[in-house]
Amino acid sequence: MNALISADLPALFAALVAFCVVVYVLADGFDLGVGILFLLAPRDADRDLMMASIEPVWDGNETWLVMGGTLLLATFPAGYYVLLPAFYLPVMTMLLALIFRGVAFGFRLQTRRLRWVWDLAFAAGSMVATLCQGFILGGLVGGVTVRDGMFAGGPFDAFGWLGLACGLGLLGGYALLGAGWLIWKTGGPTQVFAREVAHAALLLTGAMMVVVSAWSAIAVPEVAARWFAWPGIAWLSPVPLLAAAVMATLWRRIWTGGDAGTFVLALALFLLGFVGLVVSLWPYVVPRHITLWQGAADPQTLAFAGVGLLLIVPIVLAYQAHAYWVFRGKTRLTLG
Amino acid sequence: MDAVVLARLQFAFTIGFHILWPTLTIGLASFVALLSGLWWRTGRPVYRDLMRFWLKIFALTFGVGVVTGVVMSYEIGTNWAGFSRSVSNVLGPLFMYEALTAFFLEAGFIGILLFGEGRVGKAMHFVAACLVAGGTLLSTTWILAANSWMQTPAGAVADAAGIYHAVDWWDVVINPSFPYRLAHMVCASFITSAFVVASVSAFHLRRSRNIEASRTAFSLAMWMVLVLTPTQIVLGDLHGRNTLAHQPTKLAAMEGLWDTTRGAPMTLLAWPDMSAERNRFAIEVPHVASLYLTHSWNGEVQGLKAVPPADRPDVPVVFFAFRIMVGIGLVLLATAITGAILRARGRLYDTRWFLRVVMATAPLGYVAVLAGWTTTEAGRQPWVVYGALRTADAVAPVAAGAVASTLLVFIAAYAVLLVAFLWFARRIVIAGPAGGETPMPSALRPGPDRGAPTLAGAAPALPARPAPAPGE
Repeated sequence: MNALISADLPALFAALVAFCVVVYVLADGFDLGVGILFLLAPRDADRDLMMASIEPVWDGNETWLVMGGTLLLATFPAGYYVLLPAFYLPVMTMLLALIFRGVAFGFRLQTRRLRWVWDLAFAAGSMVATLCQGFILGGLVGGVTVRDGMFAGGPFDAFGWLGLACGLGLLGGYALLGAGWLIWKTGGPTQVFAREVAHAALLLTGAMMVVVSAWSAIAVPEVAARWFAWPGIAWLSPVPLLAAAVMATLWRRIWTGGDAGTFVLALALFLLGFVGLVVSLWPYVVPRHITLWQGAADPQTLAFAGVGLLLIVPIVLAYQAHAYWVFRGKTRLTLG
Repeated sequence: MDAVVLARLQFAFTIGFHILWPTLTIGLASFVALLSGLWWRTGRPVYRDLMRFWLKIFALTFGVGVVTGVVMSYEIGTNWAGFSRSVSNVLGPLFMYEALTAFFLEAGFIGILLFGEGRVGKAMHFVAACLVAGGTLLSTTWILAANSWMQTPAGAVADAAGIYHAVDWWDVVINPSFPYRLAHMVCASFITSAFVVASVSAFHLRRSRNIEASRTAFSLAMWMVLVLTPTQIVLGDLHGRNTLAHQPTKLAAMEGLWDTTRGAPMTLLAWPDMSAERNRFAIEVPHVASLYLTHSWNGEVQGLKAVPPADRPDVPVVFFAFRIMVGIGLVLLATAITGAILRARGRLYDTRWFLRVVMATAPLGYVAVLAGWTTTEAGRQPWVVYGALRTADAVAPVAAGAVASTLLVFIAAYAVLLVAFLWFARRIVIAGPAGGETPMPSALRPGPDRGAPTLAGAAPALPARPAPAPGE
């Protein structure tokens, strides 16, 4: 974190990439979460409402995935061309899952008899995409095989127990975000359903956060050293403690808190998890092989990209906020 | 098959499928913006009905375009790691700017465009439509700047390790073939979209349904193609001359020209034989290729033999793809001119054979776009960056089996997607631009809490359903 303060260019751009990843995870997280909960919802009316609540914004949310990928290519190409081949199968599977999930928005309302097909595509697509992101995350924490600056492992390297634990944790976490979103944006039985599933989602998230943290500390000595060596532990211990506090508050307030409370606390939990991840992975683009400074693009490339980012990202955030504002309030199903 | 062939097949298949959707959304976005503006300024219901109708098709198309496009942004890394290692300093920012300026713009206003009518004013709706249309054009601009740089690299130098470094961003973006390629592609998208609009309108006119709306759309589309098909031929000619100057080997493959020749003939049809280095069964018109390529009777055109066989593209693929594109261009030009003659004689809307012909043109633009894309991409081989980086050096260290299996899954998935899309689009098309209150592409509209009738939690059977379709 000290390097951020000294503000050298690669560290600054690492913060920007991290920002895009965070926005993606939080934004697409809740709409993937709605998909994860989709088939659990008791009635068709709930499903229609759940879909309608994310329909105007999911496309903007998913665009952050493209933004993150292209930003990585532009600013830390080493991360892009080493990690993407390393995660070939989970990335490809995720993209396929996102395809079926994405077209379900348009297609499911076009048919009544075969609506269940697109319901299934939407729910399964959301879950498979989430699991794949978990395997990618697990592969990142566990490390990939690199020789001569290129990926040198096999296609199934990313599929391990750590990745599965990350995937389950993300399933729970996204479901929690989705439930929080639904509690906020809907009312009536749909909101009650969201409250009902939120506890289970929280339980799964919490359990997997513990498993993944313990596993990575045991399996990767560098991660353990980062967290447990003095004086790091004094600085870093607030992260897990705060996460525990957020989880405890969430546990007690899901039924009694305000409409937006669950969503906001779930966002906070994700942010804390992300901080923990950054602590474990800093300062690598390809963990324990290529650092930010070794993997960064040319200074003139960073400058060319940076000008646009500084000028345009605030505008993008402004009109995305505007889109959310236009569709503010509880989602209702209205006759066209 | 080896990893290079598989990676090429996978990329060609996924991008070839993807390109179908932007081709329509680029044109339709502008058409919808025009209709939204006309509705705002004139208040004529026919524009509103048309706008809502084409918005439904646009929404369906846009959805598929977005999700298949996300695939492309990751395949550059998953399948082409050597490529991204070599050129990321140059092309990375271009792709990033596409996401930053174009995708976000589209995504930020597509919700308002599709679901905002009634929630925002007509003027704001028009603005949203213009911003989405502008987003599609910006996206085209960036992606074609990147593609053109791969065809005619400029403004960057390679170091000893083969890594490119940008020295002049202006030269990188405005590289020699970029303006021609951009104009050619945008024009192709508008023409393809206009023929789709004309074809759907002709279908309704033949069945004497939605007469006013269909006449309006048909008329607009036929004006559009009358202006754009000749324009496209001029643009194509300029683009060809640019290719002659910067990618002579590609041009030689397009023409099927083996020996460097003064007064080169135009080869109408032939079978280019790569091992014998000559054309079989050639039908030629003397001097004409020199005439349209160099604009001089005896201009010199470089042949394929000017480079070693290892540096030549697959000649038959390029040769035939080019002829398919040009042939379709001529058919579309003839259709546009016939339409203009019929219009002048007052018979545009009720010449039944012509309506049938126009209906048949709907897929032609797509075939031409795919053929044109094949010409330019296959013609660049064996280079991924023309003259600088070989395709074989660009692939990722990924197991061939992984690429083969995902390719098969993609083929199956995209087939399902295409069938579903055509099925649903057909249903929307048959329903037609009905007047009255059928506003949205989906019957469900997310809405704010403003006393709108609440159905959530009301009746178990939801009234807000799309109308049952004929097929069900």
